[in-house]
Amino acid sequence: MADRPVRTLLSPWTLRSAKGRAGYWLVFALVFVLFTVAFVIPLLWMLLGAMKSAPELARTPPTLLPDRLDLGAYENAWNFMDLAKYFRNTVIIAVGAWLVQLAVQVPAAYALSKLRPVLGKGVLALMLVTLMLPASALLVPTYLAITDVPVVNVNLINSPAAIWLPAAANAFNIYLLKRFFDQIPTDLLDAARIDGAGSMTVLVRIVLPLSRPILAVVSIFSIVAAWKDFIWPLLVLQNPEVQTLSVALQRFEQDTPVNLMLAGLVLASVPMVAAFLVFQRQILAGLSAGGLKG
Amino acid sequence: MNAPSGSLTAPKGTGTKPGHRHAPNWAESTRTSHRRKIRGGGRANLTAYGFLCAALVCFALFSWYPIVRGVLLSFQQVNFVTDPVWVGWQNFQTLFADPLFLTAWRNTLLFTGLALVIGFAIPFAVAIVLNELRHAKAYFRMVVYLPVMLPPVVVAILWKWFYDPGPGLFNSLLRSVGLPPLSWLNSTDTSMLSLVLVATWASMGSATLIYLAALSTIPGELYEAAELDGANLWQRLRHVTIPQIRFVLLIMMLMQVIATMQVFTEPYVMTGGGPEDSTVTVLLLLYRYAFTYNDFGTASALSLLLFLLLGVFSAIYLRLTRTRDDL
Repeated sequence: MADRPVRTLLSPWTLRSAKGRAGYWLVFALVFVLFTVAFVIPLLWMLLGAMKSAPELARTPPTLLPDRLDLGAYENAWNFMDLAKYFRNTVIIAVGAWLVQLAVQVPAAYALSKLRPVLGKGVLALMLVTLMLPASALLVPTYLAITDVPVVNVNLINSPAAIWLPAAANAFNIYLLKRFFDQIPTDLLDAARIDGAGSMTVLVRIVLPLSRPILAVVSIFSIVAAWKDFIWPLLVLQNPEVQTLSVALQRFEQDTPVNLMLAGLVLASVPMVAAFLVFQRQILAGLSAGGLKG
Repeated sequence: MNAPSGSLTAPKGTGTKPGHRHAPNWAESTRTSHRRKIRGGGRANLTAYGFLCAALVCFALFSWYPIVRGVLLSFQQVNFVTDPVWVGWQNFQTLFADPLFLTAWRNTLLFTGLALVIGFAIPFAVAIVLNELRHAKAYFRMVVYLPVMLPPVVVAILWKWFYDPGPGLFNSLLRSVGLPPLSWLNSTDTSMLSLVLVATWASMGSATLIYLAALSTIPGELYEAAELDGANLWQRLRHVTIPQIRFVLLIMMLMQVIATMQVFTEPYVMTGGGPEDSTVTVLLLLYRYAFTYNDFGTASALSLLLFLLLGVFSAIYLRLTRTRDDL
């Protein structure tokens, strides 16, 4: 987005007339109110609803502010659902998925982009083909591969590796990383090689420092995706002791008082909203990349 | 269509040192390098595959092998005690004989269709309007994207409560302005529409921001020229804006079809497929076959059908978005 005013659909002349300005502010006010009602109020209502009693929540007309501001509900929810455990599980899943993905995908993308072995193009093509498959079409056979990993015959159900390892087989991240690595001049790497640097040194000392923007995007997206994921953890984390927040909240939903549930929903969302506020720029940059890998 | 990739490869102002921004500019001259002549063959290949091996193992075990196994399973009966038995087309026959099979496809297509009407049109219209506003831009962008960050389960549980026909927020609001309450998820007429509304609310942020980014790449001169030719606002939208971003619109439409055909979390959490099977989607049926009936063969047959349908859309999508030098 350019900072200077750019010519858009509306003519600047329209905005200069009194009638045009009135229309502009009318539309602006309308959009402002609509957006606030549609996106801010529901979240605010969830945040404040946790502090209301059941009859207070059912009141007609509904209230936004609770009768008394009391953070106790959050503490109750934390204890009632044992959220500390599920937070820990979710953090293990998300951080682990992130680290495993970087450890697997960065070297692979580096090899495909800069080392270019024989059949490298074929390997990349085989990886990209997997993007054509809708994730859900592979649910059953991947689940079976988790229950009995081929060759080693291990059952990974209820183990974090059941999430980490399939997450590492993400062709899209490899593709994004490779595309970025492709743009690092090979002369730079060759110069380092002449100075005696090995492939690993080149990766760590030259490629990675130059790739911080793409590493940030891939990192944020892999953590956010792992935090938000539902269907896969639902399948492979069957033991309540190892479940993530999403799976646990869904399980508790039937028999938890509404206000405690709302508190749980808020607590599960806080890390994601905080991450968004901090990494807004990277997330929005990655969004256009993820949406349209042009 | 290289503009969007530019925004990724050189995200402006991500706090990196200025020098890094130049990386993309070097690319063209160095892509065809003479590297292969500098280094030896065998050893270099060995090193390269050393870097690749972890990815190869992960793909082999959790992507390539499941793809092959999924196809095989569609024609097998498995019970995990004895070896799988070949049953030919029997799994497909089981599916076709299941009345829920047609229902699930009809529901899924209804969801996808409604999501195209509502979920495709709204973000586009919103982006067009937002692009004209000169104030509070950051606020609008942040707010519309907030629901995207929430875990889908959180959204589903929250909206389930909004939709509650008794004390739910929506009916409380309706009653307090004197309107009759609606049954939302509890009626076969409105259950799917209600799910589409949640899904749209939760995901429209990313589509809106992608459209905004696309709109910002349209050169202002085009609008000026159209205006000189006497085009009114509607004509400029019709003949300048839409043609200029039609590629993005097409891609987003494909992505949305692919994503909505796989809808699971909302019906699973909010309705469980009810009322009267009106929200049983293909993926929900697949889940039931696999994890309720433990019939992995029939579940795989259903996966295969879903794949064949979505594979067409995915292929078009990949073809459109892939540039020639990727492979």
